[in-house]
Amino acid sequence: MSDISYPNGAHAQKSLLVQDARTRKRNAAEERFRRMGLVAVTIGILALVGLLSSIIANGASSFRQTFVNLEVYLDPAKLDKAGDRDPAKMAKVTTFGYSPLLGRALAQTIEAQGISTEGVSKKEIEALLSKEAPATLRDMVLANPALVGQTISLQVLAQGRIDGYFKGRVTMESAELDRNISPAQLELADALRAAGIIDLRFNWGFFTAPDASDTRPEAAGLGVAILGSAYMMLIVLCLSLPIGVAASIYLEEFAPQNKWTDLIEVNISNLAAVPSIVFGILGLAIFINFVGLPQSAPIVGGLVLTLMTLPTIIIATRAALKAVPPSIRDAALGVGASKMQSVFHHVLPLAMPGILTGTIIGLAQALGETAPLLLIGMVAFVREYPGSPPEGLMDPASALPVQVYNWTTRGDPAFVERASGAIIVLLCFLVIMNIAAIMLRRRFERRW
Amino acid sequence: MSLGILSLIVLGLAGLGFFVGRARALAVVGGDGRKLHSLPSYHGQSVALFAALPAFFVFGVWLFVQPILIESSISGTIPDSIIPEGGALSLVMADVRRIADGLDVLVQSGSLTEAAIAELSTETTDIRALLAEGGVALGSDVPQPVLAAASEYRAMNGTGRWAMTGLVLVLAVLGLVVSLRRITPDLRARNISEAFVKALLIGASLVAILTTVGIVFSLMFETINFFKMYPAKDFFFSTVWNPQFRGGSDLGILPLLWGTLYVSFVALLFAVPLGLMIAIYLSEYAGPKLRSLAKPAIEVLAGIPTIVYGLFALVTVGPLLRDYLAQPLGLGTSSSSVLTAGLVMGIMLIPFVSSLSDDIINAVPQAMRDGSYGLGATRSETIRQVVLPAALPGVVGAILLAASRAIGETMIVVMGAGAAAKLGLNPFEAMTTVTVKIVSQLTGDTEFASPETLVAFALGLTLFVFTLGLNVLALIIVRKYREQYE
Repeated sequence: MSDISYPNGAHAQKSLLVQDARTRKRNAAEERFRRMGLVAVTIGILALVGLLSSIIANGASSFRQTFVNLEVYLDPAKLDKAGDRDPAKMAKVTTFGYSPLLGRALAQTIEAQGISTEGVSKKEIEALLSKEAPATLRDMVLANPALVGQTISLQVLAQGRIDGYFKGRVTMESAELDRNISPAQLELADALRAAGIIDLRFNWGFFTAPDASDTRPEAAGLGVAILGSAYMMLIVLCLSLPIGVAASIYLEEFAPQNKWTDLIEVNISNLAAVPSIVFGILGLAIFINFVGLPQSAPIVGGLVLTLMTLPTIIIATRAALKAVPPSIRDAALGVGASKMQSVFHHVLPLAMPGILTGTIIGLAQALGETAPLLLIGMVAFVREYPGSPPEGLMDPASALPVQVYNWTTRGDPAFVERASGAIIVLLCFLVIMNIAAIMLRRRFERRW
Repeated sequence: MSLGILSLIVLGLAGLGFFVGRARALAVVGGDGRKLHSLPSYHGQSVALFAALPAFFVFGVWLFVQPILIESSISGTIPDSIIPEGGALSLVMADVRRIADGLDVLVQSGSLTEAAIAELSTETTDIRALLAEGGVALGSDVPQPVLAAASEYRAMNGTGRWAMTGLVLVLAVLGLVVSLRRITPDLRARNISEAFVKALLIGASLVAILTTVGIVFSLMFETINFFKMYPAKDFFFSTVWNPQFRGGSDLGILPLLWGTLYVSFVALLFAVPLGLMIAIYLSEYAGPKLRSLAKPAIEVLAGIPTIVYGLFALVTVGPLLRDYLAQPLGLGTSSSSVLTAGLVMGIMLIPFVSSLSDDIINAVPQAMRDGSYGLGATRSETIRQVVLPAALPGVVGAILLAASRAIGETMIVVMGAGAAAKLGLNPFEAMTTVTVKIVSQLTGDTEFASPETLVAFALGLTLFVFTLGLNVLALIIVRKYREQYE
């Protein structure tokens, strides 16, 4: 037979130990293909690493902030002309009344340290401080009028450009072209830092302060956004968990196999794939225009995100219910439980870990969602904290991802740092939620 | 009586019903629960349901119907003469409602008595100034018929409110008493309460349908309004997008569609080969160690919010591409470009393609691979000539799903692609997409009467139809494929 297999005898003469040209080619192709796969995986992982490291590199510095330590004399002649420490009368002094006090205090401190202020005008010294600083001081004084007449030591925010200088964002060259800062001011800031008057400290205000206007990026914080996001997550949790679980129980345990349930199922899988911005249009048209709920309110955002999260939760819950073996149901029915009792007393508790895992993942998705919130007006500039629920749900608020977007649309590059920092906060929340989901699954997962 | 207190009372009655019903069920059989058809708590539940449900039903319907009835009867009394030139009846009615609310506020704060309101007249008092005290600002002075309509409105609302409160309370008590009297040992209380629970479950599963209906209706309604103001032909076939806030805008969808498809194409060009190769490598080549490390890492990409990708495009990828590719090659000076958005969106889509294709590749039976190896094929030959053709329909489905994702993606293109509506081929130029324009037309103060705003709904409908079509197509392809091996 072998004669017939090798009609021309070409192959038979070669040694098995030496690859012929065709085999070499095929093996080379094999190796190439494998390498291509490896390269693809590497690119994928590099993309992840690049994404995260770029965000962290840009944003990590937002957790530290430049502060100026000052001894401020609160001059009664300026702050309380009537002299009776009545907050209502003192409120007539605006922040413009407070900024000279701070400027003078800074100038005196500089003088006391013996630092030369050559080439820096008095106004420019005052400009080292943030425009937010007088407002902070004013709030402090109005809250406690007894401070007037005393000398208090105070830490106030430094101007955004000074902050940027210490973080490497602003350089001497860029300061030449910048009308908000001059190289001389930066040199003075260097000297002040060496003297310990200016220092970088952990930035609590980033987590608690509300948003700030375009000209004072150093004061901008995530307080309102975190609160708004928390409110929305509360609504999403309270609505989507019961509705999602109820819908899945019906579809998985009770629904007859007919056109209607088919329609509902196709619907749910389609909803899961509808672009998120369409949900935003829905929210705008139905909840705001038709029902008349207020714009920018966490309640509208919560409702829209609930509708978006529902398919995720339903799909996860149905999988969890399906994983409970039929023998459990049969045993319950066998001892006389009704169908409803078997589901609510036995199947649902066993499926609960899976349901909760799905819910947390759905919430994590909802937390990062931006596009629909833009349409329902959550990009608005909000400086007031929303009230406590339930009324607070109607107050205007922001949300974490929307705050990020909002900051990226502003001109000052300091806001890019803030936006990246906000993303780090957002990602931390997501990581915590996902770890909770994984732990829940590990801890309670049951193999039947 | 406020609505909150009324519903609390009804809920309280229902709670009371639960305990009384449970106690009565036990009392009926002399404390021997075995003689009851249902457990005592089911009797309690059914009493609570009978107390609460009819009352809340009437409550809800009344709240919905009353304003409609009152509006129609009041608007009949307003003479045509006071409707301002070019104004509408609805504006006058809005004034009526505001005046009525303002009077309510004044009464509540105690600065006005009911008797004083009855004597109010536009000739003796300045209603506008009066209401301003109560914090209600009016646009113009109030004519006498409007004031009369407002007091009529208040009176009817008050009567309606009282009638409703009475009816709801009577219904709740009636339900409570009747269902309590119905309790016998044989009453199938469990069936009653379970039927109710089942109705709740069905209601919950209808939310999905309602959402879809809501989406379709809200889009359709405003889109039809839009086409009444702007010709459909121009919308679909014009190549110019140039909204003007003074009117006379060009709102052609073609440049937006082109931008959307171009960005999505670039994204898929990047994501499909990469995702596919990753899926192949991880399922066919990688050892368990690499697999357990690389697979979750790739999937993390899927869990990252799109705003993060958007920022990545804006801050890192855009400037990089501009400085190292576009400017040296002289192709563009903009950091937001089709390529920026496409590349970053491609990264977002990698896990989408790879995990879907991974499932599909794993679903190809091992026997087919073994057969191919047995014939002497190498691994790559097996993959390319046996596994991939067998998995092709599923992979195509996955690609279609990824495409639908790409078309509907918003934040990456908002932050990475730019805002200029252009029909061009240069990938380093900024272009814009349907989703970007929806965002820009609908954010900020919008008035729902101009085509410039309403066009967003037409764009949304187009987007919805596109993605729905792609999803359905993908679903059909995937379903057909599954039948082959099951």
